[in-house]
Amino acid sequence: MTATGTGVETMTFAEAIRAALSLEMEADERVFVLGEDIGVYGGAFGVTTGMLERFGAERIRDTPIAEEAIVGAAVGAALCGMRPVAEMQFSDFTAHAMDQLVNQAAKVHFMLGGATSVPLVLRLPFGSGTGAAAQHSQSQEAWYAHTPGLKVAMPSNPADAKGLLLAAIRDPNPVVFMEHKLLYRSASGPVPAGGDPIPLGVAAVPREGGDLTIVATGIMVSRALAAAEELAAGGVEATVVDPRTLKPLDEATILERVKATGRALLVQEAPRTAGFTAEISARIAESDTLYHLLAPVRRLSGLDAPIPYNPDLEKASVPQVPDIVRAARALLEDG
Amino acid sequence: MTTLATSADDARRVLSTMWTIRRFEEAVDELFARGLLYGTMHLSIGQEASATGACLALRDDDVITSTHRGHGHCIAKGADLGRMMAELLARDNGYCRGRGGSMHIADVTKGNLGANGIVAGGIPIAAGAALAHKLQGTDKVALSFFGDGATSEGAFHESVNLAAIWDLPVVFVCENNHYGMSMSVAEVSRLEKVADRAAGYGIPGVTVDGNDVDAVHKAATEAVAHARSGQGPTLIEAVTYRWKGHSKSDQNLYRTREEIESWRARDPIERFEQAVRKAKSLSEDELKQVRDQARDAVREAVREGQAGPPPSPDLLAAVYAPSEVDARSGGEAR
Repeated sequence: MTATGTGVETMTFAEAIRAALSLEMEADERVFVLGEDIGVYGGAFGVTTGMLERFGAERIRDTPIAEEAIVGAAVGAALCGMRPVAEMQFSDFTAHAMDQLVNQAAKVHFMLGGATSVPLVLRLPFGSGTGAAAQHSQSQEAWYAHTPGLKVAMPSNPADAKGLLLAAIRDPNPVVFMEHKLLYRSASGPVPAGGDPIPLGVAAVPREGGDLTIVATGIMVSRALAAAEELAAGGVEATVVDPRTLKPLDEATILERVKATGRALLVQEAPRTAGFTAEISARIAESDTLYHLLAPVRRLSGLDAPIPYNPDLEKASVPQVPDIVRAARALLEDG
Repeated sequence: MTTLATSADDARRVLSTMWTIRRFEEAVDELFARGLLYGTMHLSIGQEASATGACLALRDDDVITSTHRGHGHCIAKGADLGRMMAELLARDNGYCRGRGGSMHIADVTKGNLGANGIVAGGIPIAAGAALAHKLQGTDKVALSFFGDGATSEGAFHESVNLAAIWDLPVVFVCENNHYGMSMSVAEVSRLEKVADRAAGYGIPGVTVDGNDVDAVHKAATEAVAHARSGQGPTLIEAVTYRWKGHSKSDQNLYRTREEIESWRARDPIERFEQAVRKAKSLSEDELKQVRDQARDAVREAVREGQAGPPPSPDLLAAVYAPSEVDARSGGEAR
């Protein structure tokens, strides 16, 4: 067991993920990491920098460019007593590995009668904002949340990244761990020392206010908080809810917070149609929360279009702080 | 020359496994015809020698991955016939508690990581199992069964290459039964032999008569020793033939009656019995005894399966393994 430490350290999102990986690798020899260019290179986003020197090439395992084999090898190793953490260089590349993720990892526990399970973590750097265009910028969380047997975590800050990753590695099920690329270096904050996990399925409420409730995921949480500050300058107080994990989903906290303000603004980077916020909207509509609404639920999402290269168009494709402010004001005008 | 047929113990074991597979699948075929089995079935009648010869080369703690045509592999790796039949009959006492059926039978306690409904789906998993063995410092070996059809999948290429560059202790056994459903293996590759693909990965490749249990066993024994000693994977091609159609929908439109008959004349079980007779390792009475025991074991399995209770309807409770840190959901991510 990892000792519960004391104190708090300031670190970036990438450093927090590395801290969680390192803690688990120190504490549990079953844990190993595999992926493309994660060794000497340190990973495309530097998350595993220095880990090769610390843990060696057996446990920080560079692979060929072969996503199906990476995820499949993780499934097989997990079935034989290991705790693999596989990295896709970009979440988009998971398309190559969907059979192993969806048809194998997600279904083994159920389909094989519960006799075994697949404790693997699939780390996915995702999202737009880096000028990488349509094949390196997607937000595909709805694919995974729609697949029974997978759990889906989407941390929005360094402390959650560490705590949720610790829980994900210790979980006996396959966990898709979604890391927004813009957060790796730009998000910095206090991270508790030690190895306390943050349970999957518990939302955070980083801001409380009485006028509306913004439910935001991933990088949209920090944008929602920035928008809330602007709104507060105009006398509007917003609650911000960060589900932190999409599956399991802390439905109770979301519904409770929407009920309390009577107004719900749901914000995601992913395209609108069949996105995860559609699920949240449906759960509001299906529950008695509906009777507490002062205005219809509003969703603010990415466009139903691939992410473009042009920087202005790229920015315009997904919600930005001013968009959230505008949507919140419009929601208040609705009722 | 010492062969499996010359030793009474080996001969009995091999015949027992092959007859059990044959009788089991005949029983499955009959239950299906009588409307007592749901879904579809992929029978391996005619291919018993490859499952039997390959698994005989393994230790109990070695692991296998199997295919949609996997009854033979399961039996050869030591599965409980009653639980297998109960699964096919969709009962709670089945291996998958009625949730998987024919294509998903696994027994991790016996090192069977599972049949698989996805062509080539088990190949990366076998590579991963072998990686686990290597990281754990054991000398356990993984063996992956797949058909000729699977060699057209990217998963095959990626996994064999991965195993090759990492010297993983895994044996790839391609049961070449000549057809991927209806598509002839000759039409999907320019290579004369599936085993020729091994050269592309820098590993040994060998083609054997898959209806000769001795030949399969010998090739598998060498490949397993190679893998166990840290020298990496081998690709074995076992050339064989399925007597029955691909599945229950098959009208055999892509092959001739003459072709099927010519392969029935190369029955792997009859052939091995002839070798045993020639070696005089078992008497006629003993041969009959092995056959009768296989028949009786399968009959008992059918009884056990049919007596099983229906499965639990609480499907949502079965999706996720319980987690210690998953506070509010109680292990169920709903």
